[in-house]
Amino acid sequence: MSPAHPDSAHTGKVVFQVGDDISTDIIYPGRFMATVLPSETPQFAFADYTEFNARLKKKEMPPGSIVLAGSNFGCGSSREQAASTLKGHELVIVARSFARIFLQNAINLGLHVVICPGIEASEGDELEVGPASILNKATAQHHALDPLPPARQAIMAAGGLIPYTRRKLLERRSSSAG
Amino acid sequence: MGMTVVQKILARASGRRSVAVGEVLEPAVDLAMSHENAALVINQFLEIYRGTGLEPKVWEPDRVAIIFDHRVPAESAKTATNQKKVRDFVSAQGIGKFHDIRGDSGGICHQILPENGYVRPGTIVAGTDSHTTTHGALGAFSFGIGATEMASVWALGTVPNLEVPGTIKVEVGGTLPPNVSAKDLILHLVGRLTAQGATFKVIEFHGNTIRNMPTSGRLVLCNMTVEAGATSGIVPADGETERYLRETAGVRDALTADAPDPDAAYDQVIQIDASRLAPQIARPHTVDNVVPVDSVQGVRVNQIVIGSCTNGRLEDLAAAAGILKGRKVASGVRLLVFPASWRIYRESLSAGYLATLVEAGAVIMNPGCGCCLGVHQGALADGDIALSTTNRNFPGRMGNPKSEVYLCSPEVAAASAITGVITDPR
Repeated sequence: MSPAHPDSAHTGKVVFQVGDDISTDIIYPGRFMATVLPSETPQFAFADYTEFNARLKKKEMPPGSIVLAGSNFGCGSSREQAASTLKGHELVIVARSFARIFLQNAINLGLHVVICPGIEASEGDELEVGPASILNKATAQHHALDPLPPARQAIMAAGGLIPYTRRKLLERRSSSAG
Repeated sequence: MGMTVVQKILARASGRRSVAVGEVLEPAVDLAMSHENAALVINQFLEIYRGTGLEPKVWEPDRVAIIFDHRVPAESAKTATNQKKVRDFVSAQGIGKFHDIRGDSGGICHQILPENGYVRPGTIVAGTDSHTTTHGALGAFSFGIGATEMASVWALGTVPNLEVPGTIKVEVGGTLPPNVSAKDLILHLVGRLTAQGATFKVIEFHGNTIRNMPTSGRLVLCNMTVEAGATSGIVPADGETERYLRETAGVRDALTADAPDPDAAYDQVIQIDASRLAPQIARPHTVDNVVPVDSVQGVRVNQIVIGSCTNGRLEDLAAAAGILKGRKVASGVRLLVFPASWRIYRESLSAGYLATLVEAGAVIMNPGCGCCLGVHQGALADGDIALSTTNRNFPGRMGNPKSEVYLCSPEVAAASAITGVITDPR
């Protein structure tokens, strides 16, 4: 699992565009919540957007393809399936802003999320995501990024929350043993 | 610079004299709550230990609470198997605060925690449910996290990298008019702040309306602070908090009460005159799409839901029963009632509220969350309009993206059940 790396440049095409306040009910509808394993959740990504869901399942879009969202992406329920379902397709989420729990879940699982408050782009545009800004190749416009929360930097650096916690656990055990 | 209530709690939990907004901490957790999604937490927890040679062991089993409430009793073999996996884990790890599917002790997590005295003022509560904000009503710093983050809490006993949040102060003065309740107040506030107006912030409630409000109402306020994006809501602990914990929750040990410093810094201060508040409605399809009831009066509804972690408490059922006593649910309307816990079920049974509601035509459901998020009973047809005392109305929230959900108070729900259209209860 590759962590979200804000410093690495990445180019991808916007394959799906959604508006503001996209809740986790939309990203991963509640009726699929009994499915919990990250290996099984990808099939239900945006399940009620049947056309996009079908394209995802057919693997028509390469890893690194971009979902473009407005503000408050991932609001509502804390269900982590909303992050794992997108991670399973290796999508990159570019949004004007994210809801707190979704943003944390995304970083914990290594889903690549990018905060770009002024992003202007459309479906089909190719975006070059750099460390500090996005270049929309279709419009030749640059849009500045907001940094990811400082509280998550150490988790990103560790490659996600599982390796981060594993390391802390081992450090703790060795210090108590020593 | 003085500190807010949450700053004081975080300082104590981090072994510090003071903390500033924006600092990154790893505070100790006093209570770690999960529901059926403990099945995923267990998976991630075992993953943390994989290859370490260490035995997977929850840091303090007495600080872990697991409550089955999202699909009770199980609606499918898959859910039943997940629940079995959790039961086995609970037993293997010796987890104390486990609430299975039982009429003597079960219910919705956000009612089980308060009524059993699991939440104390001044403590840190993390839960794998976004409405964990509810427990701020008892003066705790209480917030939602994801399953992997909970697995980390189970392993280490601390929240991994938490940024000290800024705080929005909400001062509420005046007496709520008859048939206007805490639900109307929080819907109004979410409408003003918007669904993202409090993201990464805490909402701290003050004012004489809050001081005079019972804990049941404060739980409603804090429950829905997450709908404005807030990390948590909090009501500083006071005499009412102590009364609730002693009399209702049976807590005997000493309690801490944190008040904000007089010079605490707030990002924003909002004042609300409760005496001028009308019943509020959140229209489809966002919780911040809020208007006074008279602007949607007359909208025909197919299903009305009273209950959930937001409004399934004894006072809510009493209010609904008071309005429906001797009346009938309009023909063509399905009225579903979900008490927030089996204790509330039993209390409202003894008080006669359930009989009144059933005689009016309501259906009493198992205490649980299922209907609110469309996973367990009470499904909506294509084109149905629901009016609900729950807390969310995103597209597809109740399970059908071709339906619409309006949110309201128990009083509006009960009055509308009689007429079959959205109705002002005043």
